[in-house]
Amino acid sequence: MTLLSVENLSLAIHKTPILHGVSLTVDAGEIVAVTGESGSGKSMTALSVIGLLPDRMEAKGAIRLDGQDMLALPERNLCALRGNAVGMVFQEPMTALNPVRTIGDQVAETILVHKAMPPEQARARAREVLDRVGLPEERFPLTRYPHELSGGQRQRVVIAMAIALRPKLLIADEPTTALDVTTQAQILELLKGLVAEFGMGLLMITHDLAVVADLADRIVVMRHGEVVETGATRQVLAHMRHPYTRALFAASAHRVILPPAPPPEPLLRVENVVRDYRLPRTKLFAPPGHFRAVKGVSFTLNRGERLGLVGESGCGKSTLTRAILGLEPIQGGTITLDGDPVLSGNTPRREVRRKMQVVFQDPFGSFNPRHRVDRLITEPFHLLDTPPTGSERTRAIDKALTDVGLSPADAGKFIHEFSGGQRQRIAIARALITRPQLILFDEAVSALDVSVRAQILDLLADLCKAYVLTYLFISHDLSVVRTITDRVLVMKSGEIVEQGETEAVFSSPQHPYTQSLIDAAPVLPDREALLAELPA
Amino acid sequence: MLRYSLKRLLSLLISLAVASVVIFLVIEVAPGDPAAIMLGINAQPDTLASLRAELGLDVPKWERYLNWVGGMVQGDFGTSYTYRTPVADMIAARMQVSLPLALYALTLSTLIAFPAGIYAAARRGRGGDMAVMGATQLGVAVPNFWFAMMLVLLFAINLRWFGAGGFPGWDKGLWAGLHALTLPAIALALPQAAILARVMRSALIDILGEDFMRTARAKGLTRRQALWRHGVRNALIPVLTIIGLQFSFLLAGSIIIEQVFYLPGLGRLVFQAISARDLIVVESVVMLLVFAVITVNFLVDIAYALVDPRLRSRT
Amino acid sequence: MNRNLILGALLSALFLAAALVSFVWTPFDHTVMDIPAKLQRPDGVHWLGTDQYGRDIFSMIMVGARTSIAVALVAVGIGMALGVPLGLTAAALRGSFLDELIMRGNDLVFAFPSLVIAILITAVFGAGAVNAIIAIGIFNIPVFARITRGAALSLWEREFIMAARVAGKSAARISAEHILPNVTNLLIVQGTIQFSLGILAEAGLSYVGLGAQPPTPSWGRMLADAQTLVAIAPHLALIPGLAIILTVLGLNLMGDGLRDHLDPRLRVSRA
Repeated sequence: MTLLSVENLSLAIHKTPILHGVSLTVDAGEIVAVTGESGSGKSMTALSVIGLLPDRMEAKGAIRLDGQDMLALPERNLCALRGNAVGMVFQEPMTALNPVRTIGDQVAETILVHKAMPPEQARARAREVLDRVGLPEERFPLTRYPHELSGGQRQRVVIAMAIALRPKLLIADEPTTALDVTTQAQILELLKGLVAEFGMGLLMITHDLAVVADLADRIVVMRHGEVVETGATRQVLAHMRHPYTRALFAASAHRVILPPAPPPEPLLRVENVVRDYRLPRTKLFAPPGHFRAVKGVSFTLNRGERLGLVGESGCGKSTLTRAILGLEPIQGGTITLDGDPVLSGNTPRREVRRKMQVVFQDPFGSFNPRHRVDRLITEPFHLLDTPPTGSERTRAIDKALTDVGLSPADAGKFIHEFSGGQRQRIAIARALITRPQLILFDEAVSALDVSVRAQILDLLADLCKAYVLTYLFISHDLSVVRTITDRVLVMKSGEIVEQGETEAVFSSPQHPYTQSLIDAAPVLPDREALLAELPA
Repeated sequence: MLRYSLKRLLSLLISLAVASVVIFLVIEVAPGDPAAIMLGINAQPDTLASLRAELGLDVPKWERYLNWVGGMVQGDFGTSYTYRTPVADMIAARMQVSLPLALYALTLSTLIAFPAGIYAAARRGRGGDMAVMGATQLGVAVPNFWFAMMLVLLFAINLRWFGAGGFPGWDKGLWAGLHALTLPAIALALPQAAILARVMRSALIDILGEDFMRTARAKGLTRRQALWRHGVRNALIPVLTIIGLQFSFLLAGSIIIEQVFYLPGLGRLVFQAISARDLIVVESVVMLLVFAVITVNFLVDIAYALVDPRLRSRT
Repeated sequence: MNRNLILGALLSALFLAAALVSFVWTPFDHTVMDIPAKLQRPDGVHWLGTDQYGRDIFSMIMVGARTSIAVALVAVGIGMALGVPLGLTAAALRGSFLDELIMRGNDLVFAFPSLVIAILITAVFGAGAVNAIIAIGIFNIPVFARITRGAALSLWEREFIMAARVAGKSAARISAEHILPNVTNLLIVQGTIQFSLGILAEAGLSYVGLGAQPPTPSWGRMLADAQTLVAIAPHLALIPGLAIILTVLGLNLMGDGLRDHLDPRLRVSRA
């Protein structure tokens, strides 16, 4: 039975079209995934279904929930439907809850605002749904505040709020994108269970094809505000009639081939490194406590080797990265590059530092918006005793830009003139310009769309062929690390729990934590097998 | 919560100690011997010496500082050089005007600003918002003492609803006292209300863009319900900061406004003391004002913790 | 360009021009008394009337603008010159003892409103326009220090600053090269706001006799002189008041306009 049907929906803001002619349906008890890259209009589709579009957005077409056209309803009736017949879960659990009210209040509010039950009963129901989403009373009484919960736990509270009145339709907009893989797996499991138990329809928005393949009954692929392909998930993935679907799938499964690494010769040695943070005092006169973010980590990175460092948020991988770069003091152990310690005392040494560079995650925050590209990428020249000048400098800039697939003419532009992928290329150019011996990639492709990510991975592989590149690739994304590194370190709670050849670690993980990480990571289905099962 | 309060209390005491040292040192720089000034140029050396002893001026500086602070803690602010009466009594009498005036104004300002700010935020970009913003833009630009003069001109001189100034004293009854303080309080409150309303509006508008407001709407709350149930309490955090700051402006402002209405408050006391070079009175009044500002900021810190559970659970 | 910015800049420019022109020309000599012509209403000769001594109010307003603008401008200068480096230093050494010391010092200065500082200075050194400058200037220091530190702190977390640190640049150099240029817009906007607050504060201090002393004309003094005459000659109180309001309004509109014009996202998000 069709629960939701979006018919020929078009959206525009100030005459700029956002969606054109989007149609899709969700049946009761069915999971429909809308997928696509940024700018595809998938989130706007979700927001229009619950009637929470930004002001001044003009909508045409029809959105029928149980036959009733939501676009034709006045705001008052929409309020009566939201939270009652339609619930919604958002992407950012850390900010989705009101910080100054208890979780019990916030869950009960869904019930009270619809006057569905008297207050005591509403609180009892709030308790019941919190139990149901995996927040038992002993550890999560109704009086807890959001800041006392982790991201995954907060997302459970948001889900509890959305399902408190057993809506017929649940909308989830990238509900696990901000979460770690193991938490993501649990939340997806929870959503699946709720759909089965309550017979809800679930409209799920996600950029991650692997999640879609795992979860959805049907799939809607969107690009530039249009639906390009739709159908039963396995059918769509097996046949992929539209070229964009094929491109998206190929980019998601993208693999690169690295040239073989030279024979091992140690470059970076990290030995027993310890990093403590001071905690705020818990008692007025007691000595302050410490949090040990990195607990005596040791590893060696060989010249020409591509080493991965994986782990979930809070495992200490970013802290370790900053310590290697000399951006943070360490409380124990040594870090040496090419035989020389990175720090003397707590100050980084210039002659060692000039041998390494870094590429950060955020393509928007990595550059001073007031400087032009030539100035941005030559900043590391500051580390050289005799930085190149004049035509030599120009040549270096041109070379760095061409190396990363940009043109010398880009040197005079400002950073806001570039797309996210181009900015990441500029960041790589900045890291390459001094020909450092070691580059650290700190979640360098995590913020990019899959197709752009595939291009950047190709660029890295090409650079490895052109130069002897040694890098440490820090990421939470297992599939990326698997293709772009020779060896991998797995980090958990400040310790390296497993290390080895990348392929070996991924195909037969030894440590239980590594196993759980790999189990939790959603994987794309094997197309050959699908095709064999579902011939055209 | 207790730990947090104790920590703030400790910082309050340190601030007070440092402030008292600063004030003491500045007054110490003043040229001239207070005893000599009091007795005039023809004073006998022995009378001078005995007066110096009586005023406690014959001991080392650090001892004088400790005596001053120790005395204040016990409610003894010393003796006025010109009136030869205890400074504490003079201040106590004047505080009966200044403190109620500042509180009256703070209450009025809050009562005006909260609804105005919330209303403007709720109708953001529409006519009502424009009107409130225009009025507050003007309100922020008006000097309070000039506004006070205009109020006198209109309500005291032309309409004769209020007296043009003076204060009957609280023994004439609460109503008579409040009546006399009404025009001064309005003059003080309106410009501050304009600032506060703008802060309230912009804090609320920031919060309207927060993710949890969208979550609230997804539960089925109307815009208005979401604003009241989830917006206002979060907006209180920045608004409280401004209220704390405003108290110091109101105290300072009340000193100026007292001049317009001929009110016998701290302002009159301190200006007389300045012209009479009665430094001990100036010193005590300044310390009292600074004490009030620091204490109010302490109370604001405590109020933060009541509004924001994140602060409560932190140390 | 937006309407606020244009209107605000025009109003501010009007008073700035009046102040500058007053150095070379005023309709009458603002110090010359002409008792027979006292308390005249505005007319063709005395455009804004005369005061109780027969002095030309239009001329006094022009010269008064000089005092107001000079005091407020120098006070903003003091606040910026000391507050911005303090804020940059505190942010560069975030979490250190020095940062803590600067911030506590700021809190302490905040406990002394301008009026209280002016009272202290006047009690010790006697009255004068310089007192007003110092009193308002001191109060401006923590304002600029705080706003600079707040904006700088969020910049220090940004990856482009990390990149500069990896490039081996010192904290001082990063502050000058990357932090300061990125907080300039914010400082310009705050500067106009403090400028307008300075004009209000100067008027208040002069009104109670803690600011400019006769014969230096100032708007606050003119209001103090007008007080006893407000019933018979309201224009004496109205005109300086309107001068203050229009100047402050102009500066505030200009500040709002600049904020929208320079960067719509200027209001640094609360962390």
